[in-house]
Amino acid sequence: MVRNPSANREQFRPTDHPNDAFLLTTVVGSYPKPKWLNRADELVEDPDSKFDEADLAEAHDDACRLITHEHERAGLDTVVDGEMRRNEMVEFFAERIDGYEFNGPVKVWGHNYFDKPSVVEEVSYNEPWLVDEFDFTSNVAERPVKVPITGPYTLGFWAFNEAYPSTEELVYDLADLVNEEVEKLVEAGARYVQIDEPALATTPEDHAIVGEALDRIVSGIDEEVRIGLHVCYGDYSRVYPEINDYPIDEFDVELCNGDYEQIPTFTEPTFEPDLALGVVDAHTAEIEPVEEIKANIRQGLRVVPPEKLTISPDCGLKLLPREVAYGKTENMVTAVREVEAEIDAGEIDLDAPLADD
Amino acid sequence: MTERVAATPGIYPLPDWAKGTLSDLKGHQKGDLLSGDEGEEIAGTYDEVRAEFVDDQLEAGLDRVVEGQGRWDDMMAHPLTVHDGVETGGIVRYYDNNNFYRDPRVVDDLGFSGDVAGELESARALLAEAGSDGAPLAATLPGPYSLAALATDEHYGDDDEFQAGIAEFLAGEVEAFPAHETLFLLEPSLVTDPPADGTEERATGAIATVADATDADVVVQTFYGALDEKLYAHLVDEADADALGLDLVAGDREDTVYNVQEYGSTDSVALGLVDGQNTLVEEPETVAERVEWFEGQVPTADFGTTYLTPNTELFYLPENKYRAKLSALAAATEVLA
Repeated sequence: MVRNPSANREQFRPTDHPNDAFLLTTVVGSYPKPKWLNRADELVEDPDSKFDEADLAEAHDDACRLITHEHERAGLDTVVDGEMRRNEMVEFFAERIDGYEFNGPVKVWGHNYFDKPSVVEEVSYNEPWLVDEFDFTSNVAERPVKVPITGPYTLGFWAFNEAYPSTEELVYDLADLVNEEVEKLVEAGARYVQIDEPALATTPEDHAIVGEALDRIVSGIDEEVRIGLHVCYGDYSRVYPEINDYPIDEFDVELCNGDYEQIPTFTEPTFEPDLALGVVDAHTAEIEPVEEIKANIRQGLRVVPPEKLTISPDCGLKLLPREVAYGKTENMVTAVREVEAEIDAGEIDLDAPLADD
Repeated sequence: MTERVAATPGIYPLPDWAKGTLSDLKGHQKGDLLSGDEGEEIAGTYDEVRAEFVDDQLEAGLDRVVEGQGRWDDMMAHPLTVHDGVETGGIVRYYDNNNFYRDPRVVDDLGFSGDVAGELESARALLAEAGSDGAPLAATLPGPYSLAALATDEHYGDDDEFQAGIAEFLAGEVEAFPAHETLFLLEPSLVTDPPADGTEERATGAIATVADATDADVVVQTFYGALDEKLYAHLVDEADADALGLDLVAGDREDTVYNVQEYGSTDSVALGLVDGQNTLVEEPETVAERVEWFEGQVPTADFGTTYLTPNTELFYLPENKYRAKLSALAAATEVLA
């Protein structure tokens, strides 16, 4: 059953927020790395270079500070460090969880590969995965920091399972580890955690496994902590209305890419968690104009009222040129603030949000 | 006395060095993938890859050697995505995997291509060079049912004609192949997306069209689980296969055994025994036990040949594990000898 999003949403409203209406603005997580950081990642592998791990750590800190501030400059209500320290969404966590090993890259498509890990023994929790990066980012940020974590279903199904009788059992063990990590993040002050489960889009029939995993993840997590779930590039009709039963505060979707064709899916029955709606496309290099984004935001109002609507890009922006990623984020925030003002002024009919005022 | 033959249906992972070299030469984007008219440098790299694949198999001690299909950027869809009568569309999901291929949109008649025959000529030359006795060439193609399922028809306009067009195209390719001992036709779609009730004969007829184009032994390799029983019966009777390939790793192997007990089998059989989608490497003894378990469950007195195979293609694996799987299969035939 859905958590209580209204219990944790207001804490993200900035004190100087200009409108009564408040559509929470956020990002999914990843952001283009500055070129020099990619160079630094390569340099540390070069045996002839004096650039070492400590230098790389400093470069990561610098990049995280930079992107966190870039998010703030764009006007976001909640920010992320752009995942500057992370290489790939499964690899990063598999390197931190005992029980995984790496054997080398495998093909995804064409000449695109990833270092798909193998689970070779029971997974266990050793050191915190993200607490240090959260501490760093929240210290440099003026705005609340959101923490994206790859979810246990994706961590399980996008690995080779050598150790567990079924991958479902592996997923539940991983969910317990994610729960431990979320508890530590909350102790460190985190109030906004997003679980990323792109693998659910490939096998939507497994929605019950994801539900059981989420139950474990949120066990003992206070309702002042906002728990989001991000699922992208799939047929949402195959997981809706089942997601209404998930113990989450917010469901984050990618719909701009499909021109909102799937919006009607969410209108019946009533959408229960808050909706985090993607309003800029993560895979087109054109910056959407503010007016176009405002029209996209109105699509979200067909599903939930303003007090349950969060606005974000479709997905992580890391594949875009950096100036395009920034332009999209900045226009997104501008569009949100204009829509809020129009709601305050009664210019948008919330019962028919696509209608002209 | 059943002959045990260790073999694979190919589509191997590129060696790590070639992953890097080829992505540098070709690029990472959709438009950079193979169109079948690659230049000298890329072709030369694939020659090296092919030589390595042949060596891997000879070193492991397999009884059949495949070309390895390193060029097949689009996996089983390759024979279409390099075809002149086909345009490649968007990137689409490859079965229920986190893998993608270019959607082959068939926009013209599927005439003769010769792309795969060319690869096999090269593999055959490598085998001759190695002077290998007893490890003859095996050819690999997508089966016509699966290839039609992977493609989009924008030309034939009718399911029957499209299926027949694909089958005739594949048969024409097979006729141009150099001498080969075995032909693997990969047919996972028979499991994942079986023909509708009443259309089984169209699928089996298409397979027979391709199977009849060679004198080699034909293995129709099904995978990603067990076949529906009615379809299984059709395949045994109508596909003109010397062996049906049955997946004993994914899905319920009891269903597969039931099919064989109930409806009999082809004269020979191919067993998917090692998991092509998991890095856990099976012990040769375990593989041998699976063969004996299967043969013990079914009433057939003797299979002509039992092929010991991975259940799927092997490109899902990192290269160290792919080699280990080849060795496990070859070693299992020793255990059984």
